[in-house]
Amino acid sequence: MSTPFYVSPEQIMRDKSDYARKGIARGRSVLVMTYADGILLIGENPNKALHKISEIYDRIAFAAVGKYNEFENLRIAGVRYADFTGYRYDRRDVTARGLANAYAQQLGAIFTEAGKPFEVELTVAEVGTTKDDDQLYRLTFDGMVQEEHGFIVMGGTAEPIASVLKTDHVPDAPLDDAVRTAVRALATSADGSDPRIIETANIEAAVLDRTRPRRAFKRLPAERLGQILGDASS
Amino acid sequence: MEAPHGTTIVAVTHAGGVVMAGDRRATMGNVIAQRDIEKVFPADEYSCVGIAGTAGLAIEMVRLFQTELEHYEKLEGSTMSLEGKANRLSNMIRNNLAMAMQGLAVVPLFAGYDLDQGEGRIFSYDVTGGRYEEHSFHSVGSGSVFARGALKKKYRDDVTEADAVRLAVDALYDAADDDSATGGPDLARRIFPVVMTVTADGLRRVSEDEVTAVVEAIVAERMTRPGG
Repeated sequence: MSTPFYVSPEQIMRDKSDYARKGIARGRSVLVMTYADGILLIGENPNKALHKISEIYDRIAFAAVGKYNEFENLRIAGVRYADFTGYRYDRRDVTARGLANAYAQQLGAIFTEAGKPFEVELTVAEVGTTKDDDQLYRLTFDGMVQEEHGFIVMGGTAEPIASVLKTDHVPDAPLDDAVRTAVRALATSADGSDPRIIETANIEAAVLDRTRPRRAFKRLPAERLGQILGDASS
Repeated sequence: MEAPHGTTIVAVTHAGGVVMAGDRRATMGNVIAQRDIEKVFPADEYSCVGIAGTAGLAIEMVRLFQTELEHYEKLEGSTMSLEGKANRLSNMIRNNLAMAMQGLAVVPLFAGYDLDQGEGRIFSYDVTGGRYEEHSFHSVGSGSVFARGALKKKYRDDVTEADAVRLAVDALYDAADDDSATGGPDLARRIFPVVMTVTADGLRRVSEDEVTAVVEAIVAERMTRPGG
């Protein structure tokens, strides 16, 4: 009979974190940022059928990076949680904070108990009646929740994109300007060389628009994005 | 035991879609339980549902139905087919059969715009969940016999959306005229029918001003010809 090697808990956690981080950094970035009328969610996604950005509830949206099957599971769980809570109590009782907490529990449990952590990072965004009520929550693979203000960049090469937004993000910008800023930020290359060219067809974008009556979530179709980005180049 | 009920709901199709209207009265025996109840609801962006029968159960059923349609839409990323929605509602009515046998029946009327076929469609139900597609127009509730009689005489194949709204409100007037459980236009309190229209552009609740104009025209006409 062989004696198993001793591996310290610190080492196990570190290995799991490294594993998850690597998986998340492999894909393209997704960013979520506030603009004058609400919250813009935008990312590169050549796949038309598999979304990285989705509606959860009336005022709440979801954006994710990492492994599709893993974050799709979380998205479905989120929609279930929201619809169930809204039906059981009232639509107003469904909040981003509650959802972020539920996700944190789930991700935390998977990180410590499962053999392999989820290779995902999520944003839960809720648009408020005024700009000050907008909420952005970042959830990481280990179940950590952070409330952020202004914008969140997830996955891929997040740092250079975030540094562009740190200077260029204008919370009062109209939608068109916000989309152009976002696409410019997403195109930033990691090594400081020339920005990449992102094809409009490969952009997935949606907004939580506080001026819409009930369901604030709306996808921006390719034609609309073409209109917005076409203006920039001319 | 008595629970609020009584109603007339009418639905009328036209070239661009379908219109649904419902009166505002709820009764408990001979008492008017509520005079401004709403009995026509949006089911989702392309369909609406009107309720007849036990109000408490019916409103709860609609709430669950709305939640289910939205839930499906979010999970699947596409709207459920109109037939699918009609079948789902059918199942929910069937689940209420035991209550219906004790006298607490729910009989909705479902109408929507079929995006695949490009037309407005109407579905009626019985208490066992039987689902029947209706053509041109239909009505349910205690005053439905009178409303249907009115629609039968006045409906034409080439009605426009505005005509359909007018026909629906007109039929409700006739229902209220002969059925005590259906409320007519309340001119003193300005309580008028709830009217919704569904077209390729989606569902829209006809504004209070528009309904008021239609109601006033109908009432003026009935001043000289009470029979319509």
